[in-house]
Amino acid sequence: MTAPFAQSFDDGLSDSLLHREEEMELNFGPQHPATHGVLRLKLKVDGERIIHCYPIIGYLHRGTEKLFELHPFFQNVPHTDRMDYVAAATNNLAYVGAVEKLVGLVVPPRARYIRTVLAELQRISSHLLWLATHAIDIGAMTPFFYCFRERELILDLFEQYCGARLTLNCMRPGGLPHDLPVGWTETCRAFVEAFPSKVDEYEGLLTENRIWKKRTIGVGVLDAETAIDYGVTGPMLRGSGVKWDLRKALPYEAYGAVEFEVPVGKNGDTYDRYLVRMEEMRQANRIIAQCLDKLPEGPIMAKRPRVMKAAKEAEVYHGIEGPKGEIGFYIVGDGTPNPYRCHVRPPSFINLQSLPELTKGQLIADLVALIGTTDIVLGEVDR
Amino acid sequence: MPGFLESIRHAVGDTLFYWAVSPAIKILVLLFLFILPLITYLTYAERKVLGWMQVRRGPNRVGPWGLLQPIADVMKLLVKEDTTPSRAVKWAFILAPCLVVGPAFVIFSVIPIGPPAGELGKLSWFITDVNTGLLFIIALATIGVYGLIIGGWASNSKFSLMGGLRSAAQMISYEVPQGLALVGPLMLAGTLSLVGIVEAQKKAGWWYIVPQIVAFFIYLVAGVAETNRNPFDLPEAESELVAGFHTEYSGMRFALFFLGEYANMIVISAVATTLFLGGWLRPFPNVVALAVLDWVPGPIWFFLKMAIFLFAYIWFRGTFPRYRFDQLMDLGWKWMIPLALANIFLTGLVKLMLLGGSR
Repeated sequence: MTAPFAQSFDDGLSDSLLHREEEMELNFGPQHPATHGVLRLKLKVDGERIIHCYPIIGYLHRGTEKLFELHPFFQNVPHTDRMDYVAAATNNLAYVGAVEKLVGLVVPPRARYIRTVLAELQRISSHLLWLATHAIDIGAMTPFFYCFRERELILDLFEQYCGARLTLNCMRPGGLPHDLPVGWTETCRAFVEAFPSKVDEYEGLLTENRIWKKRTIGVGVLDAETAIDYGVTGPMLRGSGVKWDLRKALPYEAYGAVEFEVPVGKNGDTYDRYLVRMEEMRQANRIIAQCLDKLPEGPIMAKRPRVMKAAKEAEVYHGIEGPKGEIGFYIVGDGTPNPYRCHVRPPSFINLQSLPELTKGQLIADLVALIGTTDIVLGEVDR
Repeated sequence: MPGFLESIRHAVGDTLFYWAVSPAIKILVLLFLFILPLITYLTYAERKVLGWMQVRRGPNRVGPWGLLQPIADVMKLLVKEDTTPSRAVKWAFILAPCLVVGPAFVIFSVIPIGPPAGELGKLSWFITDVNTGLLFIIALATIGVYGLIIGGWASNSKFSLMGGLRSAAQMISYEVPQGLALVGPLMLAGTLSLVGIVEAQKKAGWWYIVPQIVAFFIYLVAGVAETNRNPFDLPEAESELVAGFHTEYSGMRFALFFLGEYANMIVISAVATTLFLGGWLRPFPNVVALAVLDWVPGPIWFFLKMAIFLFAYIWFRGTFPRYRFDQLMDLGWKWMIPLALANIFLTGLVKLMLLGGSR
């Protein structure tokens, strides 16, 4: 018996298209070097030109949202690590922020600053991973190793802080699990000082490279209106020229107290999105430096009840600016220590929606550039 | 000539020796002491150099400084299973890698890595000097593309097929500027024989890279495209087409494709050295003050010059992103072919003016 679900995919596709002799159906993924995980794209191609691109997801579905309901609020943080597994700290931050709103906890200032530092470090490391894979998809091999060199330093910083490198579990509703270890700020400061010159190094290889420009300028143009219609957020949206950044628009944690610019693109093509992300790394670095300077003394954990319970029918949405876009948690409580329902707004999933629009009429070679530029993590798309 | 060769010559007689024995020995020596080690260690050099460029170490586990790594790789590929996809066209699937490797090896027979024999009783530094040497090379280099197309088609995989088609389009469009670029030095030398071209450079007193700088760069770029190397590695673009035309190949058949790619790199470098960098000649071949450089034998000069090209190949790979298919075609047809034609025209014009039409 065929699954009705799978059947409807096929039917929807063949009805919508006229079949021609020259067309070929190509399954791109789920095991393919350029799909960054287990994304499957069903392509209709005419030679190398893409007529239609149909993303099929769910190969990494683990039922995370259901798992949230089975555990108390404070035990759910590790689940968020495993969604966008290259940006665990921002996922943690979004989740604990939502819980704090729901339960009504006031986070002490020191914890806020440290959280900001961790989140921005995570943004840099996520962007580094994006740049590494984006460049290698387009064929430039060397930036990959350069990016991993710096990403390693950030992972070391995380390891020194909480013992984990990838699935950090580094925040708790109400604050932080640990204070900064001795010497951590110095190591972090050394990284912050060295990092801008490293970004110059990556840009030296790519930004003015003729081939890089040829491969990215004018490829996958997403104008501001379409971007908003698709609900695209993060660097994807800002690349299209919309100046929308939750860190500025609805400041959370310590973002209100630091200065930084929000870079925006002009044309909404792959090159602009590249430039936006490069500048974001620089700005994130600036934020970290300011936070380290201003780091207040004090406790790192709010006064919180032994068992956190939400009021009956309390609901809350809390979204923050993750490296890939707006990551938000919508939590409904029912008076028990567990969430009644927890829905995630995953930026990767929503940004991925724009991929068929971006790839229309492009070549297969552009497709990999566009998968790179949407910066998806399948753990978050499928949850 | 070493003593044992001398005794063979006495035993079989001059005719037989120069027509059969010495070519056979040269082929064996060339193949086993020159081409195969060069190819295997080119892979090692590539990994090492790329490693240095990319803040990592490269192979360093097998043998001292990883020097035995290529041997370990070859051994591994030799004993690996050769799988054939169930729906593949078997004979074509087997034929394809041979078509890539064979011609690349044969080309070495006309490449002079050193000076010809001065007098009887000395051996020349090449297998043969064909008076249509350059045409021979172009003709053989073209056969390699069939290997890629057939390999891509016979695998019965969509990615392989697309890789094969890409390589067909790419090689056809880049063979034209490559051939045209070779016309420049040809006009200056007035001969197709590779030995003749090198000797003409000696007579002219400069390497042909000086008057033919345009042709040189066209040849270099087209050569990179011919060998499917970065930034023109579209047929095997691993992020787009998995592995292009050799997606379905494994074991020794894959190794043959691999070997073919590196052999072709060496061929392109060797031809460029011969045509543009004066082959086995020392720098400034006619400046007497530098005669001390003659102390270094010709083949060493040849290797050094070739190494420059091979390093450039690796350097490109460490630096450039990949072109897109249509951009590659644009570059070939809209820039390089007109440029190559203009170069031929200019060369002819200058030659005519300097020689005043008196041939």
